[in-house]
Amino acid sequence: MITIDGNEAAARVAYRASEVIAIYPITPSSGMGELSDAWAAQGMKNLWGTTPRVVEMQSEGGAAGALHGSVQIGALTTTFTASQGLLLMIPNMFKIAGELTPAVFHVSARSIAAHALSIFGDHSDVMATRSTGWALLASGSVQEVTDMAAIAHAATLESRIPFIHFFDGFRTSHEVSKIEALTDDQLRQLINNQSVLDHRARGLSPDHPVLRGSAQNPDVFFQAREACNSFYATCPQTVQQVMDRFAEITGRSYHLFDYVGDPKAERVIVMMGSGAEAAHETVNHLVAQGEKIGLLKVRLYRPLDGEALIKALPKSAVKVAVLDRTKEPGALGEPLYQDVVTAMSEHFDAGRNGFAKRPMVVGGRYGLSSKEFSPAMVKGIYDELTKDQPKNHFTVGIVDDVTHTSIDYDTDFSTEPKDVVRAVFYGLGSDGTVGANKNSIKIIGEETDNFAQGYFVYDSKKAGSVTTSHLRFGPRPIQSSYLISRANFAAVHHEQFLKKYDILDIVEPGATLLLNIGAEPDEVWDRLPKEVQQSIIDKKLKLYAIDAYAVGRKIGLGGRINTLMQSCFFAISGVLPRDEAITHIKTAIMKSYGGKGDKVVKMNFLAVDSALENLHEIPVPDRVSSSVERPAVVSDRAPTFVKSLTAKIIANEGDRLPVSAMPVDGTFPTATAKWEKRSIANEIPIWDADVCIQCGKCAMVCPHASIRMKAYSEECLAGAPAQFKSAAGKGKEYKDLKFTIQVAPQDCTGCGICVDICPAKNKEQPKFKAINMKPLEEHLEPERDSFDFFLDIPEFDRTALKIDSVKGSQFLEPLFEYSGACAGCGETPYVKLMSQLFGDRSVIANATGCSSIYGGNLPTTPWTTNRDGRGPAWSNSLFEDNAEFGLGFRVAIDKQKEFAAELLQHLSGQIGGDLVEAILSADQSNEAGIIAQRERVAKVKVALDSDESVAAKNLLSVIDTLVKRSVWIVGGDGWAYDIGFGGLDHVLASGANVNVLVLDTEVYSNTGGQCSKATPRGAVAKFAAAGKPSGKKDLGLMAMSYGNVYVAKVAMGANDNQCVKAFIEAESYDGPSLIIAYSHCIAHGINMTTAMNNQQAAVKSGYWPLFRYDPRRVAESQRPLQLDSPAARMPLGEFTRLENRFAVLERTDADRATSLRREQQQQIAEQRAFYEEIAGVSKPKPEAPAEPSTDNKETASAN
Amino acid sequence: MDLSTTYLGLELKNPLVAGASPLSRSLDTCKELEDAGASAIVMYSLFQEQIENEAVVHDHYMDYGTDSFAEALSYMPHHVGFPRGPEEYIEHLAKVKQSVDIPVIGSLNGTSVGGWVEHARMMQEAGANAIELNIYLIAADAETSGRDIENRHIEILEAVKKAVTIPVSLKLGPYFSALAHFAEQLEDAGADGLVLFNRFYQPDIDLEELEIVSDLRFSAPHEMRLPLRWIAILDAHLDASLAATTGVYTSFDVLKMMMAGADATMLCATLLRNGIHSIQFILEGMREWMEDHEYHSVRQLQGSMNQVTCPNPAAFERGNYMRELNTFRPFV
Repeated sequence: MITIDGNEAAARVAYRASEVIAIYPITPSSGMGELSDAWAAQGMKNLWGTTPRVVEMQSEGGAAGALHGSVQIGALTTTFTASQGLLLMIPNMFKIAGELTPAVFHVSARSIAAHALSIFGDHSDVMATRSTGWALLASGSVQEVTDMAAIAHAATLESRIPFIHFFDGFRTSHEVSKIEALTDDQLRQLINNQSVLDHRARGLSPDHPVLRGSAQNPDVFFQAREACNSFYATCPQTVQQVMDRFAEITGRSYHLFDYVGDPKAERVIVMMGSGAEAAHETVNHLVAQGEKIGLLKVRLYRPLDGEALIKALPKSAVKVAVLDRTKEPGALGEPLYQDVVTAMSEHFDAGRNGFAKRPMVVGGRYGLSSKEFSPAMVKGIYDELTKDQPKNHFTVGIVDDVTHTSIDYDTDFSTEPKDVVRAVFYGLGSDGTVGANKNSIKIIGEETDNFAQGYFVYDSKKAGSVTTSHLRFGPRPIQSSYLISRANFAAVHHEQFLKKYDILDIVEPGATLLLNIGAEPDEVWDRLPKEVQQSIIDKKLKLYAIDAYAVGRKIGLGGRINTLMQSCFFAISGVLPRDEAITHIKTAIMKSYGGKGDKVVKMNFLAVDSALENLHEIPVPDRVSSSVERPAVVSDRAPTFVKSLTAKIIANEGDRLPVSAMPVDGTFPTATAKWEKRSIANEIPIWDADVCIQCGKCAMVCPHASIRMKAYSEECLAGAPAQFKSAAGKGKEYKDLKFTIQVAPQDCTGCGICVDICPAKNKEQPKFKAINMKPLEEHLEPERDSFDFFLDIPEFDRTALKIDSVKGSQFLEPLFEYSGACAGCGETPYVKLMSQLFGDRSVIANATGCSSIYGGNLPTTPWTTNRDGRGPAWSNSLFEDNAEFGLGFRVAIDKQKEFAAELLQHLSGQIGGDLVEAILSADQSNEAGIIAQRERVAKVKVALDSDESVAAKNLLSVIDTLVKRSVWIVGGDGWAYDIGFGGLDHVLASGANVNVLVLDTEVYSNTGGQCSKATPRGAVAKFAAAGKPSGKKDLGLMAMSYGNVYVAKVAMGANDNQCVKAFIEAESYDGPSLIIAYSHCIAHGINMTTAMNNQQAAVKSGYWPLFRYDPRRVAESQRPLQLDSPAARMPLGEFTRLENRFAVLERTDADRATSLRREQQQQIAEQRAFYEEIAGVSKPKPEAPAEPSTDNKETASAN
Repeated sequence: MDLSTTYLGLELKNPLVAGASPLSRSLDTCKELEDAGASAIVMYSLFQEQIENEAVVHDHYMDYGTDSFAEALSYMPHHVGFPRGPEEYIEHLAKVKQSVDIPVIGSLNGTSVGGWVEHARMMQEAGANAIELNIYLIAADAETSGRDIENRHIEILEAVKKAVTIPVSLKLGPYFSALAHFAEQLEDAGADGLVLFNRFYQPDIDLEELEIVSDLRFSAPHEMRLPLRWIAILDAHLDASLAATTGVYTSFDVLKMMMAGADATMLCATLLRNGIHSIQFILEGMREWMEDHEYHSVRQLQGSMNQVTCPNPAAFERGNYMRELNTFRPFV
């Protein structure tokens, strides 16, 4: 038995059954590709004793194309995908199936983006492939994933029908479970080797050439399309034969349709996927109570054997509910429902009755985007079926108060067995709770006879994120494919959660509660909020506490309290005898950390022992004594929308929101992040006015817009809180003004990057700067009041600022604030800068990725508005089409502007010729010009206010486009270099006035750091586990080759002034502009606090040259390219040693690291020489600096 | 001309040992050192604390940001290997040992007992002819007395001596209040030799940035006088081998050190600055001088100018300094 998640279960089979694996990252399937790549890098063999070739492609479309090519040659080929990725594969899927070519896709089924993107699970992606001719085989649990994966690989070869093997994204792909593994021998027995040889024999070969993929005409296409029918007709039978063989080999038996429940059931549910496991558990529970119910699990959904489906239903069935985990708006019903209805109809039409009475069939939707599907809901469906006229096309799990599709259910109903330990842990992302829980599951799963299950729920924020772990341990295999709603153990690893969420809601009476709380044992009780005390008393909970942060600090673990809390869990949960548990934890520590050196092991051993010493049972008084109340989720001053909807989501109560609360088309207001006061920092920057030189660098680099500056007249200080700090303005523009740097204490993530960049030092004690990190607890209240006051100080007149400087730009109000990006994010400072400079007139097309997630993931958005209500309008279409999407904005705006100009002239009589002329000839090249144009447009609006003519109304609907609009196309390198490159190239070539901002983190950051074509040579990344052998694509050079594209390469941490200039030049250029912005990233394995130093090193080593290519310069007889950074001034190794992505290779394969670094060093020198050629720099060619030294005292002396 | 000497019980063809430096990181340069005439190679140091810290740092960054966000539960590939720790060093040492015929001395650097014992044993198993312990300690803790520091050295030495049978030398810093006494204690604790002196990073202040900057500069020729004095003093009292390691650039420097009582001289800065072939020049220079002055072997001149055998023993002590003071006249 092994304890793994669904993705690993699929990958273990797919890898061994394949020769070629084409991969591309997409959540939640990425894990399968990552494992395959890592195994291949280690040389792990497949069933035939050879290491599969793993190839990363530029998109899922590319992966499908490569797979198609590979199977055409006759290789055993697989890929992994989900959601939009699967959609991109559809064109090839038709081809592959049409050519009757064996292949398997493993799909962790995920919602397709419609009104919104969602990374979570449902069947809408798989259902979109129904017409491709692929077989669709469903798994509902991690065990089934292993089994069906194997069956799919065997069946595709025997049937010649390509297979999608799918399982529910997250619920199954990410559930950790104890399962029976399949051995190589078992797989070899299952996969018919003759079918492998036959597949190879059909492959394209010049030694026996054939032609496939002809073009056919009306005379024969139709007949040829029908020629495959017999293969589809026999496929279900072939699959059943493989399933039977599988049962002989493993003892685990499957059928095309598996019925469970009362053989004489009257009410039956038909469904597939993980929901069927919850339903199975419920059926067992209710049948034991005498209910006549049953469940039909669909395994092979395509080709659908309708007769076998009807045959599998009990003939006693009177009412059948068919559940679909997808939605097809406008259809008569969802796909499985329609199929069952059709099968039933065909059955009866053919006169094959057998039923006492023709069963009534109703359809229902459940579980979209991983919405919970619990036994209570299952029972609700069976209850609904008791009605004479059960609701058809119902929904379950939501409240639909608009079209009233939802059915009611008893939320108190539960099937959780008493002998199952149900433990819920609330942790901070950074404290290692999830990792420790995965470890605990392995301990219990692999060291005891118990079965174990773990499922983890994550936050929508990347900084200060909350994780919730749901762990079950019990004597039988666990089918509970739903979250724990009745915990008999709960652990709260961060005290603040008690004040933010109703955590004890899911804790059952008599349960054990473990708290990590910064208090002495006798002070713990009084620290708890009133509501928490009441729940503890009412539910008679056993209360334990540890000050894990204090213990962690003492033993050198810092905030990583995972081992401490894990030890406490084992000590008090009773899941294992205490001593046995401790031994197992220590063994697990040796396994996990053994290779990491004695020090790491010893530290964790010490954590185990210290945990037990510092864990205390807290006596529970019989009455509430606390005066601490849970604060309101959002301020009273928040807008109604925020209070009624956003606040519920923030408080983890989003599940309770009814349909009527939701926007019908996915449109949300901006300016909402400011209401979500998260207070996640431990320390915040505090300003020292005396030391400050007022350079603005801190505000510039702040990834969260949490440190701001204003210059203002002295009168504005009237009514300032006593502690509000102010200094005399510095510099000639500000000398008569007051100046303040102010932190937003509740919005700061505490990353410290502002302090690190601050160049001003205290003269008496240079360890202090003009801003210094201080404990939030001490400064929260005064700084909060100061910040509120600061926000009310008027913004500086935009027209009077020198905005092409760092300082000038930082007086501009950020219209992107408090994002949920990682603390210290390297992307958001650029996004924020763009919002400061152009936000009040920008429309943003945002590619899917980190920036679309921190920009648009509910509950709130950082995009905001100024006092006039203006601000960026933002939208995300897809990952692959963002450049085209943004071009659409531009074309539409230009068309509307043109139309507005035409109407303006048409209506010049009413408006006034001078005003029309002034508008049409306006100079909007600077802030003053834009503001003047807004005023002119406002005058027109007044003039036409009462004009009822169609022309006037049309003009008013488009007139705002006459004020300059700035179109920004924003995305990461995965989009710009890989999946969206074709579109980006086209848009750059179009000559359209769009601004492209590439936030280049050099990996697919949002999906966990997979290699892109922007990844540097020698960096280790997912999908490049052995270190990327090829160099980074020079996207800037490619864009320059058009000649009419403005191109800039920037790195804020290396040259902030050049960065500001590039943004302004790019935006002012009346044509396509491309800014490639070096964005340090958590995926680089760096200290995020000092990450701007990494940017400096990247530039200084020549790895990241700064330049601006401005086509306008040609008209001035200047070379368009200006190099803004000098040739390399430090060896590349001095930069790469700062980052774990490079250092990993140095540590694990030093020879390869050195060789790749030398190649890269050479490339830097060559690239520089080439750039200098273009820039017309005439000076001796730089030589590559000396090889970097390695960490050693003697080495230092060598340099 | 017989240039041979005995250092740590090892018979060396001449006193020119390649001291611990990055040159020993490559098999090619090790071979070059041998071909140029080096009589032994001290490997670059295996840094005890560095290995531990690398493991901790590696662990930190492999886990950094993991399990926080559903789409990015990790940022590094699965099963990326851990830092190789001492194994890599040991394997390299074994390869060096196989590729050269001259003795190879392993070097261990650290400040506490830690994993030294195990690493020393591994070095011995890999074929090291001796081990040099580089105890790299700045006595900055006001709670730690001079005696504590000395005891820590002895503790480390004894632990390593127990673990191995090959000779063990100590590379010392110069900052001991009673070096002669301490050296005797080390000898009593089993030290087969002393290497004088370790040079520490010396901090500097960047006036513009208000930062402490620190880099190790090459030793300058005049710096050889400190080890020269102490070798002359200690040679008179100790049986243990002595090696000189600071500021040895020329054949004259080597000759002086040998006369003061060194059994070997460690070449480092000169090899890095002037190239490996400078060993040949030094050897030629030594031969030339010895021929001119009618010495027939290095052993003949070895220790001839130590504190006991030199004509003016007091010159190695305080009087020397006093006279300098007395004769010093400020510039006007």
